[in-house]
Amino acid sequence: MTLASHFSYWITLFLMVAGLFIVIARGNLIKKLVGLGIFQTSVYLLYIAPGKLIGGTAPILAEGFKVYSNPLPHVLILTAIVVGVATLALGLALVVRIREAYGSIEEDEILQRDHSYQAEDAA
Amino acid sequence: METLIINLLLTMMALAVVILARSRNLFAVIVLGGVYSFLMATVLVALDAVDVAMTEAAVGAGISTVLLLGALHLCKTEEAKPIHRPWLPLAVACGTAAVLAYGTLDLPAFSDPQAPIHVHVASRYLAEAMAQTGVPNVVTAVLASYRGYDTLGETVVVFTAGAGVIALLRRRKNNNDRRATQTDFSGERRP
Repeated sequence: MTLASHFSYWITLFLMVAGLFIVIARGNLIKKLVGLGIFQTSVYLLYIAPGKLIGGTAPILAEGFKVYSNPLPHVLILTAIVVGVATLALGLALVVRIREAYGSIEEDEILQRDHSYQAEDAA
Repeated sequence: METLIINLLLTMMALAVVILARSRNLFAVIVLGGVYSFLMATVLVALDAVDVAMTEAAVGAGISTVLLLGALHLCKTEEAKPIHRPWLPLAVACGTAAVLAYGTLDLPAFSDPQAPIHVHVASRYLAEAMAQTGVPNVVTAVLASYRGYDTLGETVVVFTAGAGVIALLRRRKNNNDRRATQTDFSGERRP
């Protein structure tokens, strides 16, 4: 185990944790979705980086090439990218609706309004 | 040399994310997200995942950025200052990072040809895909031929998400409940 042999894992890990941090720590719903996107893309690296062979080429069969990188993670991640954009679109539609109903996309303001509505309903 | 390029691009991605996390202007955040996606696409080319790189450049940097900008058009562009200092989330993130880093110590080295990922089914697909499907691009062969049903399932997911978006945004016209008609936090009056 050396720095060079595990560097890609650690950057992947950093991106994953940074995405997690943005999702937890930031109150703005759009920023949360961007953080979720970073978390998702870090998973792409987690899958694809181990499939790489230095000196290999893309897995498109042709004369004169012997070493190909592993094609299976690529297939999995192609699916993940498309599902990721579907999640993002649905999340943003929810954000737009929340903004219409509450007039804000900040988590603490939304919670504050919820509490004031509950107090109104109780009174 | 190849490893050096990959590591340099990965470092740039980490930097983009650090700047993104610190920025409070949402427009800058979204543009940095686009920069991050293009860097990701470049790394994927360097990692020989050309199909994934094309999809990431088109979908991650293209469609996602457009969707985010569209949503931003309907919201405020400045993020509010946080009330609390983010110590607890930072502790959770660092704890997760420590556990994951401990997990990476057992993983095989980058580009090790004897790693389990390279010695199981992958070589069989590379050897037989051409004869069985006639498609030279093995990624396409697996995606559309061997795992065609997975791709069908993926289409169902996208369809469901599209239906969800339409269902959510269609209600906007005839929404008259009392909460929507009150003055909102930004001080604007709703029509």
